[in-house]
Amino acid sequence: MTDIFFYIFSMLALACAFGVVFSRNTVNGAMFLIGTFLSMASLFVLLEAYFLAVIQVLVYAGAVMVLFLFIIMLLDVKETAARKANVYTWAASLIGFGILIVGVVAINSADSIKTQAETLPEAQGVSLKNFGYELFTTYLLPMQVTGFLLLIAMVGVIALSKRLDSQ
Amino acid sequence: MIALEHYIAVSSLLFSIGFLGVLFRKNTLVMYMCLELMLNACNLGLIAFSRFHGGMSGNLFVFFIITVAAAEVAVGLAIIVALFRKRQTVEVEELNALKD
Repeated sequence: MTDIFFYIFSMLALACAFGVVFSRNTVNGAMFLIGTFLSMASLFVLLEAYFLAVIQVLVYAGAVMVLFLFIIMLLDVKETAARKANVYTWAASLIGFGILIVGVVAINSADSIKTQAETLPEAQGVSLKNFGYELFTTYLLPMQVTGFLLLIAMVGVIALSKRLDSQ
Repeated sequence: MIALEHYIAVSSLLFSIGFLGVLFRKNTLVMYMCLELMLNACNLGLIAFSRFHGGMSGNLFVFFIITVAAAEVAVGLAIIVALFRKRQTVEVEELNALKD
């Protein structure tokens, strides 16, 4: 049963991702991106990372995409054609895909992963208690650094949004 | 039975699609959305690895990535708005003041 759900949601995520790249209208692209994020949240549920699925819907599909749509409608950008690809773009894409394929093949042919796939261990990311415990013991310093980063980002956004040339 | 390879395949395909968008679109906002797609593809890979390894660290890593991505989106969109105010465009090919 979960296998069917995996195929449905991964197909949906990939189709919506193609929609993001190929849709001429930017607002439609943003809508497709919301679709991708939601289907990825369902994939997170299939991986038993329930907390992260909720965070994905709240932060990505909620806050981030509202911000994106707000800016898209504020700027009111016109529909545009695709970029004229030059030699460098093609070379970069080919090298990128080559490296990615090599990486995926290397990961899939590793012995340590083959043995893990048969005996599935108990999921650790299920309970919120585990999450909070790890965040405030093992990852206490990264947690505080992240909080500080959010503060700096807020100050930076306010500084960027101030109209400097009007003074 | 869905194994780790399936999740890695989906994750890498999503990453490639995002990369394609960054390379071949010229609207800065669309490029930025494709960057978010690439970040999310990495998140999927990390969670899959964490699930099949049986540990917790991948999930926490994804938590931090989501936080940093939210901050990054706020700053990046503020930069795009400031740029639009200055140059009246979001096309990457017209934003070449540093090039020449």
